[in-house]
Order: sequence, then structure tokens, then C-alpha cells
Amino acid sequence: MSNVNPLADLTSSNIVIVAGKGGVGKTTVTAVLARAAADAGQRVLVIELDGKPALAELLPGIDVRHISAADSLEEYLYEHGFKRIAKRLAATGVIDVIGTAAPGIDDLVVLGKIKQLERANQWDLIVVDGPAAGHAITFLTAASGLLDAVRGGPVREQAQDVLDMLRDTERCQALLVTLPEATPVNELIETSFAIEERVGVRLGPIVVNRVDTTAPLPDPHDVDFGRARVQVDDALAAAAFRRTQLEVQAHEIDRLSAAVPLAQIHLSARPVAGLTPDDIAILAAELAR
Amino acid sequence: MITHRSGDTPGTTPKSLADVVDGADVLVCCGSGGVGKTTTAAVIGMEAARRGRRVVVVTIDPARRLADALGLVDGLTGDPQQVSIENVSPTGELWAMMLDTPAMFERVVRANAPDAAQADRIVENRFYRNISSALSGTQEYMASEALHELHGDERFDLVVVDTPPSRNALDFLEAPGVLTRFLDHKLFKLLMMPTRTGFKVLSIATQPILRAIGRVVGSDVLADTVAFFQAFAGMDVGFRQRAEAVTALLRADTTRFVLVASPQRDAITEASWFADQLASQGFDVHATVVNRLHPRFGAGSVSDASQRAMTATERGNAELAAVWANLAALRAIAAAERAELEPLLSRVHGSAVVEVPLLPSDVHDVDALDVLARHLFG
Repeated sequence: MSNVNPLADLTSSNIVIVAGKGGVGKTTVTAVLARAAADAGQRVLVIELDGKPALAELLPGIDVRHISAADSLEEYLYEHGFKRIAKRLAATGVIDVIGTAAPGIDDLVVLGKIKQLERANQWDLIVVDGPAAGHAITFLTAASGLLDAVRGGPVREQAQDVLDMLRDTERCQALLVTLPEATPVNELIETSFAIEERVGVRLGPIVVNRVDTTAPLPDPHDVDFGRARVQVDDALAAAAFRRTQLEVQAHEIDRLSAAVPLAQIHLSARPVAGLTPDDIAILAAELAR
Repeated sequence: MITHRSGDTPGTTPKSLADVVDGADVLVCCGSGGVGKTTTAAVIGMEAARRGRRVVVVTIDPARRLADALGLVDGLTGDPQQVSIENVSPTGELWAMMLDTPAMFERVVRANAPDAAQADRIVENRFYRNISSALSGTQEYMASEALHELHGDERFDLVVVDTPPSRNALDFLEAPGVLTRFLDHKLFKLLMMPTRTGFKVLSIATQPILRAIGRVVGSDVLADTVAFFQAFAGMDVGFRQRAEAVTALLRADTTRFVLVASPQRDAITEASWFADQLASQGFDVHATVVNRLHPRFGAGSVSDASQRAMTATERGNAELAAVWANLAALRAIAAAERAELEPLLSRVHGSAVVEVPLLPSDVHDVDALDVLARHLFG
């Protein structure tokens, strides 16, 4: 772990938005951070945006909410003087057209909902399992885009409020997740520059997920296998495999450090294909160490 | 009730991936993001070219490393570029391109518009620009359009398409209808009053629902929206026919679906969900590719290796213990991944299943693509 107190760093804002390409373990990182903060005595709320709900199962005892764009928009309309027609707008599918007429409005109402939850002061930390893939930038730029496009009215006000929230470093930060592999590292480098330039949200430390943290292996050709013959070739092949993986990993982490001047937090790879609440707790304990 | 085609009947031997590719003129690679879909599509394309086909591979993202691996120094572009494979196949051809969604959309609009002026009115409209760049489903829609266009292109006899990294397989399957669904929209009907000479756009002021939308998004945004629907008047028939043609192509016997997955639990869950969705629409999964599986490292067991690690520790040989413990750890991961995969593999038992081992480094040159091709096609 590269920085002194990762958990304090991660919980230094009211809201943490976790972002990263599909498959890098964004949901795992969300769960680990929430678990670590909750175990440290904080009141934590976890927000899931799209996809199949997965976090409640991983985080027993922690508040998890699912926020959808359609529900948020309906709620927003209901609360902003469209009480009578909010239902009808939703039912006739006009909401799709609104979303297209002013792209980003669906993201904006979701961010607006998060802002509302933050303002409720019920939680010390709100962790958002952000949108997948390349959608993170669109999601985070929705407010500034709408501020340019819409000249007045409730949407403009909402966009301004959301932008204030995103740009306030005490209130919000974005956590980018990657793996110690070439393609995810490239993606992260591109995303981090785009977010800095276009959103103005504070970037927290980078989380490198699934890092092989086991001790380096000796060169197996220097190891005396004694009289063993059976499976020695397998052991040699496995050692060569792990050593190459560790080299690639070190190379990619170096490349990331050189390209993006942010602190890094490394989460260990768990030797399983799917994580359980226990794995999350183990990783959370690593984070708090 | 889903009628199973012969390939899905229990008891028949699943075909190989090579059989699936040989019998196809369109291959759709689907799966969630981060599972190696783009690379799989490229390797399948390369192997088909090696087998003498004239192949075009369409990727969704810029896939810089893949472009490098294919020797395309300027990267992938919106037009097919031929990849040099003379040393691989004397007769086959490999072409690669990247989907350029806005450019493709404009081509489709221009092909359907009765004249250039109407096409210009549409492509300059702000609501259109939002649709062509931001509407969810647009990328899938244009991927399906590209597929149809390339299928009709004499230069190629096989189109391999990498689908957008959607959570939902139906996004792609229903994509051809995205725009017609929009034109079927109640709002369109609200706006358009049929008259003897065609359509007339109703005044915004007469529609309370439109006034309400105007109050939310602003009147200029609404005006663009109305202008968009107005500009489309009369073009919906062409778009509908086109959507039907693309849908028919997706349902053709020579269109094959390749499901791509990786052995992580979330990716497996998504892959099973994809398979269910395809089945619910009457599509078969013809081949399943599981990427990045940890190798088993021999036929021995986890406990064989950990037993030896313990013995080495007892004898004070820490280095030897570490080497055996590593074998045990990697075998344990391999076993855990295969256990996770079991439900998916029985779900797609009628398809050709191919396992591709995790390679210690990323695919970044033709040699690495060759290694993958050997795993995919044996």
C-alpha cells in the first residue's frame, strides 16, 4: 500500500463515487470501502445505480439503495411543480423523450437524488457504485453539459446545485479503479485526464484491484527439488507463470505511477472466482491497516 | 415455450468453433465488458481468413493495442482497412474497422431522406445530434446497421461484429427498431396531425403535456425536438423496412452468436443472463468462449502440491516450499474457476464451448493473436 492512511483519505469527503471499466471490480471496491468505513464506526450508505443489485448481499448490516434514472426523474417532476402530471409523463414514455431532448437529464436527476441523500445528514459517508464502462465521464459531465444547454428553469438550478456538490472537495471525490493489466491501466490513464479536464471533481487515490501481493517466487531453476520427479514440471511451469504475471503487474503499476500522479491503494487478489461477505471483510481490514 | 434447433438437443455432440464459423456469414460476439470480446472477435476473424474467407471485423471501441497487433499503424477507422496476412493465407482476406456511430447514423439518414435538404435539416438538428451521440441504444442500432451494410458488401463473405459492452443482450437484438420505436412514440403522434396533404405539426401551446415538458427542459430544447419530428415526417416507412431487413438478417440461419465470458462470478452471472435473454427471443448461442481461465498445471491435485509444500517447510527448505505452494495456489484458483463456470456451461451445453487459458501477458502482437487462435480452434 503506497500511502500512509488510505481509509482516512478515502473517507475525507461525504460522497465517494467509484468508477472504472467493466470487469475491474468496481462493485468489489465499493463494498470494501463501505465495509471498512462501517467497521470504523461510520454511518455508511451504499448506492447502486444500474445493473443487478449485488451489494446488499455482500454488505450485511449496511444500508444499500438502488437508484434508477426513471424513478428519480418521476420523483423530481413530482417535487418540482408537476405533481399532477408526473405519473402521466412516466406512463406515456414522454420521459424517454425528455431524456433525449436534454441528454444527461437522467444522470442529473440521479446525482440530484444523491445530493438530497447527502443533505439529509443521516450518513457520514455515501459510497456510489458508479456507472459502468465509459459511462462514468458522461455521468459526471451531465451537470456541466446541461448548464450550457438549458437557459433557465428547474433543470438549470438542479444542474448548478449538482455541479457545486461535485466540485466541492469536502463533499465529493471520485475513486478510479483499475487492474494491474495493460488495457485497464490504459483506460484509467485516459479516464483520469478526461475527468480532471472536463468535470473538475476531485480524484481520490487510484485503487488497483486484484493485486498479487504474495511474496516473490524464487527462480525455480535455482531450487533443488531433491529426488522428486513427479509433477516437478508442473511446479516449474506454475512458477514461471506466476513470475511472468508478477513482472507484468510490476511493469503496469510503474507505468500507471509514471502517467498519473495520484496515490495508489492496492487491494489483494483473493484466491476465489467470486467474493463473499467474508472476503470483503478481509479486504476491508487490509484497507484499515 | 422455446423450440430448440437441432444443435441444442441434449445428446448431440456440440460442434467445434471452426464448424460454427464455417457455417456462418455473420458472427455476433456478445458478452459483458472486460471479458476479451474484441480480441476474441479479432482472433475469430483472423482464423476465418486463414481458412480462406474474406472477413471484416467490426469493433466498437478504438482498441488501440488490437490495431497495433494487426499492424494498422494509424489505428482502426470507420472504414474497413485491409490487414496484411499474406504469410497466413494466400486466398483469405482480413479487414478491420471501428464503428463510427455518428457517421453511420448520418449515412442511414441520408440513405432514407427523399432529398439532401431534408437530410441536412435532420443532421443539423440538435435533438438529432443528441440521439446520434447520446441516446442509449444508438450504438447498438448502428452496430446492427453496419452489420447489414457489410453483409451486403461484395468484398466480404463473413462479417464478425463485436457488440457494445451492454448489460442487456436485448439492446442489440432490438436495436434495429430503436428509431422506429421513437417514431411510433405517442409524442410523435401528439405532434403530428394527419391532414389530406401529409402531416401538420401541432402548436405546442395546444398540448398541456408539451407545455409541461417545455417548462422542465426549456422552450428552445422543446422547439428542437418538435423540429426533429417534423423533419422526419414521411421517412418512417423507409426506416421501418430497413429495421425489418436488419432483424431478418439477425434471425438468418447463417447468423451465429458467440457468447464470450470470463471466469469471474459477476461475468459468469452476466453471461448466463445473456444466454437466457437470447433464448427468450428464440436465438441460440452457437459457441461459448471462456477467456482467461487459469491453467490447471497438470493432472495432479491441490493437496498433492500443498502436501509437498508442507514437507519442504518441515525440512527447512523455504524456497522449495514456496514453489510447491505456488503450484497448489494456482491449481486451487483453476479449480474454483471451473466450479463457478459449471452452471453456465450446462446452460449452454448445446453450443461449442472453448476454454482459453489466461496468458501471462496481454495480447499485443500477431504472435499473441496466433497463440489465442490455436486455443480457440485447436
